Amino acid sequence: MSIQVKNLSKSFGQTPILADISYDMDPGKVNMIIGKSGSGKSVMLKCIVGLLEPDIGEVLYDGRSFLHAEFQVKREIRKQIGMLFQASALFDSLTVEENVAFPIRMFTRQTSAEIKQRVAFCLERVNLNKVEKLLPSEISGGMKKRVGIARAIALQPRYLFCDEPNSGLDPLTASVIDKLIYEITHEYNMTTVVVSHDMNSVTNIGDKIMFLNEGKKAWEGSKQELMTTSEERVREFVFVSDFMKQKIVV
Amino acid sequence: MEEMVSVGVGSIIIVLITSIFIGAVTTVQTAYQLISGFIPRSAIGSVVAASALLELAPTITCLVLAGKVGSNIASQLGTMRVTEQIDAIEVMGINSSAYLIMPKVIGSVLAFPILVTIAAFLIIFGGVVAGDLTGQVTQADFMYGARGTFKGFQIVFMLTKAVTFGFLISSISAYQGFYVRGGALEVGQASTRAVVYSCILVLCADYVLAQLLL
Repeated sequence: MSIQVKNLSKSFGQTPILADISYDMDPGKVNMIIGKSGSGKSVMLKCIVGLLEPDIGEVLYDGRSFLHAEFQVKREIRKQIGMLFQASALFDSLTVEENVAFPIRMFTRQTSAEIKQRVAFCLERVNLNKVEKLLPSEISGGMKKRVGIARAIALQPRYLFCDEPNSGLDPLTASVIDKLIYEITHEYNMTTVVVSHDMNSVTNIGDKIMFLNEGKKAWEGSKQELMTTSEERVREFVFVSDFMKQKIVV
Repeated sequence: MEEMVSVGVGSIIIVLITSIFIGAVTTVQTAYQLISGFIPRSAIGSVVAASALLELAPTITCLVLAGKVGSNIASQLGTMRVTEQIDAIEVMGINSSAYLIMPKVIGSVLAFPILVTIAAFLIIFGGVVAGDLTGQVTQADFMYGARGTFKGFQIVFMLTKAVTFGFLISSISAYQGFYVRGGALEVGQASTRAVVYSCILVLCADYVLAQLLL
Protein backbone atom coordinates (compact mmCIF):
# COMPACT_ATOMS: atom_id res chain seq x y z
CA MET A 1 0.00 0.00 0.00
CA SER A 2 2.99 2.30 -0.24
CA ILE A 3 3.18 5.27 -2.55
CA GLN A 4 6.58 6.71 -3.39
CA VAL A 5 7.14 9.87 -5.35
CA LYS A 6 10.62 10.16 -6.83
CA ASN A 7 12.20 13.32 -8.24
CA LEU A 8 8.94 14.69 -9.62
CA SER A 9 9.20 17.83 -11.76
CA LYS A 10 6.49 19.51 -13.77
CA SER A 11 6.35 22.73 -15.77
CA PHE A 12 3.56 24.41 -17.70
CA GLY A 13 5.35 25.93 -20.66
CA GLN A 14 8.26 27.91 -19.26
CA THR A 15 6.74 28.11 -15.77
CA PRO A 16 8.11 25.52 -13.35
CA ILE A 17 5.37 24.21 -11.03
CA LEU A 18 7.08 21.31 -9.25
CA ALA A 19 10.82 20.89 -8.86
CA ASP A 20 12.46 17.58 -7.96
CA ILE A 21 10.02 16.40 -5.30
CA SER A 22 10.51 13.08 -3.56
CA TYR A 23 8.11 11.90 -0.89
CA ASP A 24 7.32 8.50 0.65
CA MET A 25 3.72 8.24 1.84
CA ASP A 26 3.11 6.24 5.02
CA PRO A 27 0.95 3.18 4.26
CA GLY A 28 -2.38 3.07 6.09
CA LYS A 29 -2.06 6.70 7.20
CA VAL A 30 -3.37 10.10 6.22
CA ASN A 31 -0.55 11.82 4.33
CA MET A 32 -1.07 15.51 3.82
CA ILE A 33 0.38 17.84 1.24
CA ILE A 34 0.07 21.41 2.46
CA GLY A 35 1.18 24.79 1.19
CA LYS A 36 0.02 28.17 0.03
CA SER A 37 -2.33 28.58 -2.93
CA GLY A 38 -0.33 28.16 -6.12
CA SER A 39 2.42 26.15 -4.45
CA GLY A 40 1.75 23.15 -6.71
CA LYS A 41 -0.21 20.88 -4.34
CA SER A 42 -3.04 19.99 -6.73
CA VAL A 43 -0.62 19.60 -9.64
CA MET A 44 1.42 17.17 -7.55
CA LEU A 45 -1.73 15.19 -6.68
CA LYS A 46 -2.76 15.08 -10.33
CA CYS A 47 0.72 13.84 -11.27
CA ILE A 48 0.50 11.10 -8.63
CA VAL A 49 -2.86 9.80 -9.90
CA GLY A 50 -1.82 10.16 -13.54
CA LEU A 51 -4.13 13.00 -14.58
CA LEU A 52 -1.04 15.02 -15.47
CA GLU A 53 2.18 13.68 -16.86
CA PRO A 54 5.26 14.98 -15.07
CA ASP A 55 8.27 16.12 -17.10
CA ILE A 56 10.64 14.07 -14.98
CA GLY A 57 10.16 11.67 -12.10
CA GLU A 58 8.36 8.53 -11.12
CA VAL A 59 5.48 7.43 -8.93
CA LEU A 60 5.57 3.93 -7.46
CA TYR A 61 2.54 2.11 -6.06
CA ASP A 62 3.73 -0.82 -3.93
CA GLY A 63 7.05 -0.55 -5.74
CA ARG A 64 5.34 -0.79 -9.17
CA SER A 65 6.04 2.00 -11.60
CA PHE A 66 2.79 3.80 -12.44
CA LEU A 67 3.52 6.63 -14.84
CA HIS A 68 5.45 4.57 -17.36
CA ALA A 69 3.47 1.37 -16.87
CA GLU A 70 1.66 -0.54 -19.62
CA PHE A 71 -2.01 0.35 -20.08
CA GLN A 72 -3.25 -2.82 -18.33
CA VAL A 73 -0.96 -2.33 -15.30
CA LYS A 74 -2.01 1.30 -15.05
CA ARG A 75 -5.66 0.27 -15.26
CA GLU A 76 -5.17 -2.30 -12.48
CA ILE A 77 -3.54 0.29 -10.23
CA ARG A 78 -6.24 2.83 -11.02
CA LYS A 79 -8.94 0.39 -9.97
CA GLN A 80 -7.38 0.53 -6.51
CA ILE A 81 -7.56 4.31 -6.42
CA GLY A 82 -10.47 6.33 -5.07
CA MET A 83 -10.47 10.08 -5.45
CA LEU A 84 -12.46 12.90 -3.93
CA PHE A 85 -12.29 16.02 -6.08
CA GLN A 86 -12.30 19.62 -4.92
CA ALA A 87 -15.73 20.26 -6.46
CA SER A 88 -16.83 16.66 -5.85
CA ALA A 89 -17.02 15.95 -9.64
CA LEU A 90 -20.23 13.98 -9.34
CA PHE A 91 -21.86 13.06 -12.65
CA ASP A 92 -24.60 15.65 -12.72
CA SER A 93 -27.01 13.71 -14.92
CA LEU A 94 -26.91 10.67 -12.62
CA THR A 95 -28.64 10.33 -9.26
CA VAL A 96 -26.66 9.93 -6.05
CA GLU A 97 -27.27 6.19 -6.17
CA GLU A 98 -26.13 5.92 -9.79
CA ASN A 99 -23.02 7.98 -9.03
CA VAL A 100 -21.93 5.61 -6.26
CA ALA A 101 -22.87 2.58 -8.35
CA PHE A 102 -20.92 3.84 -11.39
CA PRO A 103 -17.49 2.32 -10.60
CA ILE A 104 -19.10 -0.92 -9.41
CA ARG A 105 -21.04 -1.26 -12.67
CA MET A 106 -17.94 -0.48 -14.71
CA PHE A 107 -15.57 -2.90 -13.02
CA THR A 108 -17.58 -5.74 -11.51
CA ARG A 109 -20.19 -8.21 -12.69
CA GLN A 110 -22.33 -7.81 -9.61
CA THR A 111 -26.09 -8.17 -9.88
CA SER A 112 -28.35 -5.15 -9.48
CA ALA A 113 -29.32 -6.32 -5.98
CA GLU A 114 -25.66 -6.63 -4.94
CA ILE A 115 -24.86 -3.21 -6.37
CA LYS A 116 -27.83 -1.70 -4.57
CA GLN A 117 -26.67 -3.29 -1.33
CA ARG A 118 -23.11 -1.99 -1.76
CA VAL A 119 -24.35 1.51 -2.63
CA ALA A 120 -26.60 1.53 0.44
CA PHE A 121 -23.65 0.43 2.59
CA CYS A 122 -21.34 3.15 1.21
CA LEU A 123 -23.96 5.87 1.64
CA GLU A 124 -24.72 4.65 5.14
CA ARG A 125 -20.99 4.72 5.92
CA VAL A 126 -20.80 8.40 5.03
CA ASN A 127 -23.97 9.04 7.04
CA LEU A 128 -26.25 9.79 4.12
CA ASN A 129 -29.82 8.58 4.12
CA LYS A 130 -32.78 9.08 1.81
CA VAL A 131 -30.79 10.92 -0.86
CA GLU A 132 -30.35 7.99 -3.26
CA LYS A 133 -32.81 9.26 -5.84
CA LEU A 134 -31.71 12.90 -5.74
CA LEU A 135 -29.53 14.54 -8.37
CA PRO A 136 -26.25 16.19 -7.28
CA SER A 137 -27.83 19.59 -7.99
CA GLU A 138 -30.44 18.83 -5.34
CA ILE A 139 -28.06 18.24 -2.43
CA SER A 140 -25.80 20.53 -0.39
CA GLY A 141 -22.03 20.99 -0.80
CA GLY A 142 -21.26 18.87 2.27
CA MET A 143 -23.53 16.10 1.02
CA LYS A 144 -21.83 16.20 -2.37
CA LYS A 145 -18.47 15.67 -0.68
CA ARG A 146 -19.89 12.72 1.23
CA VAL A 147 -21.33 11.22 -1.95
CA GLY A 148 -17.88 11.77 -3.51
CA ILE A 149 -16.31 9.80 -0.65
CA ALA A 150 -18.96 7.08 -0.99
CA ARG A 151 -18.18 6.79 -4.70
CA ALA A 152 -14.45 6.77 -3.97
CA ILE A 153 -14.74 3.85 -1.53
CA ALA A 154 -17.31 1.89 -3.56
CA LEU A 155 -14.69 -0.50 -4.95
CA GLN A 156 -12.83 -0.73 -1.61
CA PRO A 157 -9.72 1.02 -2.92
CA ARG A 158 -6.30 0.74 -1.32
CA TYR A 159 -5.45 4.38 -1.99
CA LEU A 160 -7.64 7.40 -1.37
CA PHE A 161 -6.79 10.84 -2.76
CA CYS A 162 -8.57 13.98 -1.63
CA ASP A 163 -8.09 17.34 -3.31
CA GLU A 164 -9.05 20.14 -0.89
CA PRO A 165 -11.80 18.00 0.67
CA ASN A 166 -13.28 20.77 2.77
CA SER A 167 -12.94 23.78 0.51
CA GLY A 168 -16.15 25.80 0.38
CA LEU A 169 -17.59 24.13 3.48
CA ASP A 170 -18.47 25.66 6.83
CA PRO A 171 -16.10 24.70 9.69
CA LEU A 172 -18.53 22.20 11.20
CA THR A 173 -19.21 20.35 7.95
CA ALA A 174 -15.50 20.54 7.12
CA SER A 175 -14.63 18.79 10.39
CA VAL A 176 -17.27 16.11 9.66
CA ILE A 177 -15.64 15.44 6.29
CA ASP A 178 -12.18 15.39 7.88
CA LYS A 179 -13.35 12.93 10.52
CA LEU A 180 -14.90 10.74 7.84
CA ILE A 181 -11.68 10.65 5.82
CA TYR A 182 -9.66 9.80 8.92
CA GLU A 183 -12.05 7.05 10.06
CA ILE A 184 -12.31 5.47 6.62
CA THR A 185 -8.53 5.52 6.17
CA HIS A 186 -7.94 3.59 9.37
CA GLU A 187 -11.04 1.41 9.12
CA TYR A 188 -10.14 0.11 5.64
CA ASN A 189 -6.39 0.43 6.13
CA MET A 190 -6.01 2.68 3.10
CA THR A 191 -3.15 4.96 2.21
CA THR A 192 -4.72 8.38 1.98
CA VAL A 193 -3.25 11.51 0.45
CA VAL A 194 -4.97 14.79 1.26
CA VAL A 195 -4.14 18.13 -0.34
CA SER A 196 -5.17 21.03 1.85
CA HIS A 197 -4.27 24.48 3.07
CA ASP A 198 -6.69 24.26 5.98
CA MET A 199 -4.64 24.04 9.18
CA ASN A 200 -7.63 22.67 11.12
CA SER A 201 -7.63 19.68 8.79
CA VAL A 202 -3.90 19.24 9.16
CA THR A 203 -4.03 19.18 12.95
CA ASN A 204 -7.19 17.04 13.00
CA ILE A 205 -6.28 14.24 10.62
CA GLY A 206 -2.71 14.56 9.33
CA ASP A 207 -0.48 11.61 10.25
CA LYS A 208 2.36 12.67 7.98
CA ILE A 209 2.73 16.10 6.45
CA MET A 210 4.71 17.58 3.60
CA PHE A 211 4.97 21.33 3.11
CA LEU A 212 5.31 22.59 -0.45
CA ASN A 213 6.72 26.03 -1.07
CA GLU A 214 6.86 27.45 -4.60
CA GLY A 215 6.90 23.97 -6.10
CA LYS A 216 9.66 22.65 -3.87
CA LYS A 217 9.45 20.36 -0.86
CA ALA A 218 10.30 22.65 2.03
CA TRP A 219 9.58 20.35 4.96
CA GLU A 220 8.16 16.97 5.97
CA GLY A 221 7.34 15.37 9.27
CA SER A 222 4.63 14.40 11.73
CA LYS A 223 1.86 16.60 13.11
CA GLN A 224 3.74 16.99 16.40
CA GLU A 225 6.92 17.99 14.58
CA LEU A 226 4.96 20.50 12.53
CA MET A 227 3.86 22.34 15.66
CA THR A 228 7.40 22.64 16.96
CA THR A 229 9.40 23.09 13.78
CA SER A 230 11.89 25.92 13.57
CA GLU A 231 11.65 26.09 9.76
CA GLU A 232 10.69 29.70 9.16
CA ARG A 233 8.56 29.28 6.01
CA VAL A 234 6.54 26.49 7.63
CA ARG A 235 5.97 28.48 10.82
CA GLU A 236 4.89 31.47 8.78
CA PHE A 237 2.29 29.30 7.03
CA VAL A 238 1.13 27.29 10.05
CA PHE A 239 0.92 30.04 12.62
CA VAL A 240 -0.62 32.75 10.52
CA SER A 241 -3.77 32.76 12.67
CA ASP A 242 -4.02 33.57 16.38
CA PHE A 243 -6.00 30.35 16.81
CA MET A 244 -3.04 28.26 15.70
CA LYS A 245 -0.67 30.29 17.88
CA GLN A 246 -2.88 29.47 20.86
CA LYS A 247 -2.85 25.78 19.92
CA ILE A 248 0.90 25.57 20.40
CA VAL A 249 0.63 27.25 23.78
CA VAL A 250 -1.97 24.67 24.83
CA MET B 1 -28.58 3.19 -28.45
CA GLU B 2 -29.19 5.84 -25.79
CA GLU B 3 -27.11 8.37 -27.74
CA MET B 4 -28.84 7.43 -30.98
CA VAL B 5 -32.24 8.03 -29.39
CA SER B 6 -30.98 11.28 -27.87
CA VAL B 7 -29.72 12.56 -31.22
CA GLY B 8 -32.59 11.15 -33.29
CA VAL B 9 -35.68 11.74 -31.18
CA GLY B 10 -34.30 14.97 -29.77
CA SER B 11 -33.91 16.42 -33.28
CA ILE B 12 -37.06 15.17 -34.94
CA ILE B 13 -39.15 18.31 -34.33
CA ILE B 14 -36.60 20.71 -35.80
CA VAL B 15 -36.06 18.38 -38.78
CA LEU B 16 -39.81 18.17 -39.29
CA ILE B 17 -40.36 21.93 -39.26
CA THR B 18 -37.36 22.88 -41.42
CA SER B 19 -37.96 20.11 -43.96
CA ILE B 20 -41.61 20.90 -44.63
CA PHE B 21 -40.85 24.60 -45.09
CA ILE B 22 -37.80 23.95 -47.26
CA GLY B 23 -39.93 21.71 -49.49
CA ALA B 24 -42.69 24.30 -49.70
CA VAL B 25 -40.34 27.20 -50.44
CA THR B 26 -38.36 25.23 -53.03
CA THR B 27 -41.55 24.30 -54.85
CA VAL B 28 -42.87 27.87 -54.93
CA GLN B 29 -39.52 29.27 -56.09
CA THR B 30 -39.01 26.57 -58.70
CA ALA B 31 -42.51 27.21 -60.04
CA TYR B 32 -41.73 30.94 -60.18
CA GLN B 33 -38.62 30.29 -62.28
CA LEU B 34 -40.14 27.69 -64.58
CA ILE B 35 -43.14 29.74 -65.65
CA SER B 36 -43.33 28.92 -69.33
CA GLY B 37 -45.76 27.13 -71.59
CA PHE B 38 -42.92 25.04 -72.99
CA ILE B 39 -41.99 23.47 -69.65
CA PRO B 40 -44.38 20.91 -68.21
CA ARG B 41 -45.55 21.48 -64.63
CA SER B 42 -44.23 18.05 -63.68
CA ALA B 43 -40.71 19.52 -64.04
CA ILE B 44 -41.29 21.23 -60.69
CA GLY B 45 -41.67 17.81 -59.06
CA SER B 46 -38.50 16.58 -60.80
CA VAL B 47 -36.44 19.54 -59.63
CA VAL B 48 -37.75 19.55 -56.06
CA ALA B 49 -37.42 15.78 -55.56
CA ALA B 50 -33.92 15.62 -57.05
CA SER B 51 -32.82 18.65 -55.02
CA ALA B 52 -34.29 17.11 -51.89
CA LEU B 53 -32.42 13.85 -52.29
CA LEU B 54 -29.13 15.23 -53.58
CA GLU B 55 -28.72 18.38 -51.54
CA LEU B 56 -31.52 19.73 -49.40
CA ALA B 57 -32.23 16.73 -47.19
CA PRO B 58 -28.64 15.74 -46.40
CA THR B 59 -26.90 19.11 -46.41
CA ILE B 60 -29.47 21.55 -45.06
CA THR B 61 -30.68 19.06 -42.46
CA CYS B 62 -27.13 18.36 -41.33
CA LEU B 63 -26.35 22.08 -41.13
CA VAL B 64 -29.38 22.47 -38.88
CA LEU B 65 -28.26 19.44 -36.87
CA ALA B 66 -24.74 20.86 -36.60
CA GLY B 67 -26.28 23.70 -34.63
CA LYS B 68 -28.40 21.51 -32.42
CA VAL B 69 -26.44 18.27 -31.96
CA GLY B 70 -22.98 19.83 -32.33
CA SER B 71 -23.49 22.48 -29.69
CA ASN B 72 -25.16 19.94 -27.42
CA ILE B 73 -22.22 17.50 -27.62
CA ALA B 74 -19.59 20.22 -27.19
CA SER B 75 -21.28 21.89 -24.23
CA GLN B 76 -22.04 18.57 -22.52
CA LEU B 77 -18.45 17.33 -22.76
CA GLY B 78 -17.04 20.79 -22.04
CA THR B 79 -19.04 21.07 -18.84
CA MET B 80 -17.93 17.59 -17.82
CA ARG B 81 -14.32 18.66 -18.43
CA VAL B 82 -14.39 21.89 -16.43
CA THR B 83 -16.26 20.28 -13.52
CA GLU B 84 -13.63 17.50 -13.36
CA GLN B 85 -16.17 14.79 -14.23
CA ILE B 86 -13.91 13.57 -17.05
CA ASP B 87 -10.97 13.50 -14.62
CA ALA B 88 -13.09 11.41 -12.27
CA ILE B 89 -13.73 8.89 -15.06
CA GLU B 90 -10.02 8.77 -15.94
CA VAL B 91 -8.94 8.27 -12.34
CA MET B 92 -11.23 5.24 -12.17
CA GLY B 93 -9.18 3.70 -14.99
CA ILE B 94 -11.83 4.13 -17.65
CA ASN B 95 -10.78 5.34 -21.10
CA SER B 96 -12.78 8.56 -20.97
CA SER B 97 -12.63 9.37 -24.68
CA ALA B 98 -13.80 5.89 -25.65
CA TYR B 99 -16.48 5.94 -22.96
CA LEU B 100 -17.83 9.41 -23.70
CA ILE B 101 -17.06 10.17 -27.35
CA MET B 102 -17.44 6.83 -29.12
CA PRO B 103 -21.16 6.37 -28.30
CA LYS B 104 -21.90 9.91 -29.47
CA VAL B 105 -20.11 9.39 -32.80
CA ILE B 106 -21.71 5.98 -33.37
CA GLY B 107 -25.12 7.33 -32.30
CA SER B 108 -24.82 10.24 -34.73
CA VAL B 109 -23.57 8.09 -37.62
CA LEU B 110 -26.61 5.84 -37.16
CA ALA B 111 -29.19 8.53 -36.38
CA PHE B 112 -28.28 11.07 -39.09
CA PRO B 113 -29.22 8.84 -42.07
CA ILE B 114 -32.59 8.15 -40.43
CA LEU B 115 -33.20 11.86 -39.85
CA VAL B 116 -32.06 12.74 -43.37
CA THR B 117 -34.38 10.09 -44.86
CA ILE B 118 -37.29 11.50 -42.87
CA ALA B 119 -36.26 14.99 -44.02
CA ALA B 120 -36.26 13.89 -47.68
CA PHE B 121 -39.80 12.56 -47.39
CA LEU B 122 -40.95 15.70 -45.59
CA ILE B 123 -39.35 18.04 -48.14
CA ILE B 124 -41.19 16.25 -50.92
CA PHE B 125 -44.37 16.25 -48.83
CA GLY B 126 -43.96 19.99 -48.17
CA GLY B 127 -43.43 20.53 -51.89
CA VAL B 128 -46.56 18.58 -52.83
CA VAL B 129 -48.68 20.45 -50.28
CA ALA B 130 -47.34 23.88 -51.27
CA GLY B 131 -47.75 23.12 -55.00
CA ASP B 132 -51.33 22.00 -54.41
CA LEU B 133 -52.26 24.90 -52.13
CA THR B 134 -50.84 27.57 -54.44
CA GLY B 135 -52.19 25.89 -57.55
CA GLN B 136 -48.73 25.84 -59.17
CA VAL B 137 -48.64 22.08 -59.66
CA THR B 138 -51.07 19.31 -58.91
CA GLN B 139 -50.14 16.44 -56.67
CA ALA B 140 -50.31 14.04 -59.64
CA ASP B 141 -48.03 16.21 -61.82
CA PHE B 142 -45.59 16.70 -58.97
CA MET B 143 -45.30 12.97 -58.28
CA TYR B 144 -45.12 12.16 -61.98
CA GLY B 145 -42.14 14.49 -62.33
CA ALA B 146 -40.52 13.24 -59.16
CA ARG B 147 -40.76 9.61 -60.24
CA GLY B 148 -39.64 10.37 -63.78
CA THR B 149 -36.18 11.56 -62.84
CA PHE B 150 -35.66 9.37 -59.77
CA LYS B 151 -32.49 7.25 -59.70
CA GLY B 152 -31.65 4.73 -56.99
CA PHE B 153 -28.15 6.16 -56.70
CA GLN B 154 -29.62 9.40 -55.38
CA ILE B 155 -30.61 7.51 -52.22
CA VAL B 156 -27.11 6.02 -51.90
CA PHE B 157 -25.61 9.48 -52.38
CA MET B 158 -27.95 11.01 -49.81
CA LEU B 159 -27.18 8.35 -47.20
CA THR B 160 -23.42 8.55 -47.88
CA LYS B 161 -23.60 12.27 -47.21
CA ALA B 162 -25.65 11.74 -44.05
CA VAL B 163 -23.17 9.23 -42.60
CA THR B 164 -20.20 11.45 -43.48
CA PHE B 165 -21.78 14.58 -42.05
CA GLY B 166 -22.91 12.72 -38.92
CA PHE B 167 -19.36 11.55 -38.33
CA LEU B 168 -17.88 15.01 -38.98
CA ILE B 169 -20.32 16.91 -36.77
CA SER B 170 -20.14 14.52 -33.82
CA SER B 171 -16.36 14.08 -33.87
CA ILE B 172 -15.57 17.80 -34.35
CA SER B 173 -17.99 18.78 -31.59
CA ALA B 174 -16.75 16.06 -29.26
CA TYR B 175 -13.15 17.18 -29.82
CA GLN B 176 -14.02 20.81 -29.10
CA GLY B 177 -15.86 19.91 -25.90
CA PHE B 178 -13.50 17.22 -24.65
CA TYR B 179 -10.37 19.37 -24.79
CA VAL B 180 -11.84 22.59 -23.46
CA ARG B 181 -9.82 24.35 -20.74
CA GLY B 182 -11.15 26.99 -18.38
CA GLY B 183 -14.71 27.64 -17.25
CA ALA B 184 -18.20 28.53 -18.40
CA LEU B 185 -16.98 31.14 -20.90
CA GLU B 186 -14.65 28.67 -22.59
CA VAL B 187 -17.40 26.03 -22.74
CA GLY B 188 -19.58 28.54 -24.60
CA GLN B 189 -16.74 29.38 -26.97
CA ALA B 190 -16.04 25.69 -27.59
CA SER B 191 -19.71 25.17 -28.35
CA THR B 192 -19.69 28.02 -30.89
CA ARG B 193 -16.46 26.72 -32.46
CA ALA B 194 -17.99 23.26 -32.72
CA VAL B 195 -20.94 24.60 -34.72
CA VAL B 196 -18.85 26.88 -36.95
CA TYR B 197 -16.18 24.25 -37.76
CA SER B 198 -18.83 21.59 -38.28
CA CYS B 199 -20.74 23.77 -40.75
CA ILE B 200 -17.60 24.67 -42.69
CA LEU B 201 -16.42 21.07 -42.88
CA VAL B 202 -19.89 19.82 -43.82
CA LEU B 203 -19.91 22.24 -46.77
CA CYS B 204 -16.38 21.25 -47.81
CA ALA B 205 -17.26 17.55 -47.54
CA ASP B 206 -20.45 18.24 -49.49
CA TYR B 207 -18.43 19.57 -52.41
CA VAL B 208 -15.84 16.77 -52.23
CA LEU B 209 -18.53 14.07 -52.19
CA ALA B 210 -20.39 15.66 -55.10
CA GLN B 211 -17.16 15.87 -57.07
CA LEU B 212 -16.21 12.29 -56.29
CA LEU B 213 -19.54 10.50 -56.54
CA LEU B 214 -21.57 12.33 -59.19
